[in-house]
Amino acid sequence: MEASLRSGSRLERVLRSGRFAVTAELNPPDSADPQSVYDRALVLAEVCDAINATDASGAHVHMSSVGVCALLTRAGYEPVMQVSCRDRNRIAIQGDLLGAAAMGVRNILCLTGDGVQTGDQPQARPVFDLDSIALLRTASILRDQGQFLSGRRLDTAPALFLGAAANPFVPPLEHRARHLAKKIEAGAEFIQTQYCFDVPRLEQFMAQVRDLGLDQRAFILIGVGPLRSARAAEWMRSNVPGVVIPESILHRLRRAPSERQREVGRQLCVEIIQQVREIPGVSGVHVMAYRQEMLVAEIIEQAGLLPRRRLRAATDQP
Amino acid sequence: MSWLQDHPAWLEVAYAATVHGLHPFRRWLRRGGWAEQALIAAEELGKRAVFDCRMCGSCVLHSTGMTCPMTCPKNMRNGPCGGVQEDGRCEILRDQPCIWVLAWRRAEHMPRNGREIDLLLPPLDRRLEGGSAWINDLEGIATEAPAGWRRP
Repeated sequence: MEASLRSGSRLERVLRSGRFAVTAELNPPDSADPQSVYDRALVLAEVCDAINATDASGAHVHMSSVGVCALLTRAGYEPVMQVSCRDRNRIAIQGDLLGAAAMGVRNILCLTGDGVQTGDQPQARPVFDLDSIALLRTASILRDQGQFLSGRRLDTAPALFLGAAANPFVPPLEHRARHLAKKIEAGAEFIQTQYCFDVPRLEQFMAQVRDLGLDQRAFILIGVGPLRSARAAEWMRSNVPGVVIPESILHRLRRAPSERQREVGRQLCVEIIQQVREIPGVSGVHVMAYRQEMLVAEIIEQAGLLPRRRLRAATDQP
Repeated sequence: MSWLQDHPAWLEVAYAATVHGLHPFRRWLRRGGWAEQALIAAEELGKRAVFDCRMCGSCVLHSTGMTCPMTCPKNMRNGPCGGVQEDGRCEILRDQPCIWVLAWRRAEHMPRNGREIDLLLPPLDRRLEGGSAWINDLEGIATEAPAGWRRP
């Protein structure tokens, strides 16, 4: 991580300065109206360092991540563009990376993507021409070697800060840290994890990560988010791939009367943020509040992570 | 046949023997030659029975814990993904085990090639699908990476 800033990413600058970073997920609208993006971004931008634009997550179509990111950079926000391998082959993806970089996008999160079966159009053809590791390496090649995967030269290489996802909470638990090492080897400089509801398990994972020295080679942001109710938690557990919610968390939600469950879910999220912040090697949190963007500001404030420098700083504009 | 996959040290020996056994005949083992059709038939029979082989033409079994990565519904060559269920089953084929959970476990029992699971495998050359991986291997194109992938 001693490399100098090369991407021009503000998220990279925050992380390298050693400040505890906060990123948040923007749920792209089912709309062609740019204002619907700006309404959501405005709420998040005040309290976080970068905004993730998801790429048809859960295999549900929404406004494209490259479209959302182009709108965000135009307004001076700092996006993290999520790129999934499910819907596009290597030709389309490399073109999107160049286009996004030209629009001022500096952060890319490289994902394999959920299967089409998860979404509302399971009839679609899954592509998966690359996987997340091949995508990371491809983006590194564009940036570092100034060429496409084919070897053909670029006139101008994109400046990018590259990220990957990790899920420490699902099998093969004993190999998850080594798999993360592959992603870092392929070019990942920051990591955003799946939702953490099991802090003891995260501590075990981070111990393995530190043993391999991976926390010195990439910035690790832990995924967190508020559960809306016990029922919502149960739904997530059985319908969102890769989300693990321990029985103890469900129990705390169920114990509360239904009108209080939202508050308990928020409080749990604040507690988890405070706990993961103490784990050595953790560089920040990534807040995912599906359809609850308004809650993100409250959570970040209650977790003691404010004030943050405003994202939309006029001085950062070219 | 997954008994063999769960004792992958034997398969490593078989792999090494196949590589050595075919090498002297490489003059005749060419793509498009008569021998290719014979080898394709042999591979389809043998590797399908043992590995549920999908004939990608770029066999990397020794680097993936003797578990065929093409049986992953996302065709991941560098898995697993993050969608694995808590009990180790696949996110898409929900009643089947994640093949990458099996692959990492099997690699632990592979004294010769087990560490190769840490290698970054390049994306597949889709033109090789349906061909003989053994011939592609002898010709040096089975796991050939795209030009940009190779380090300068």
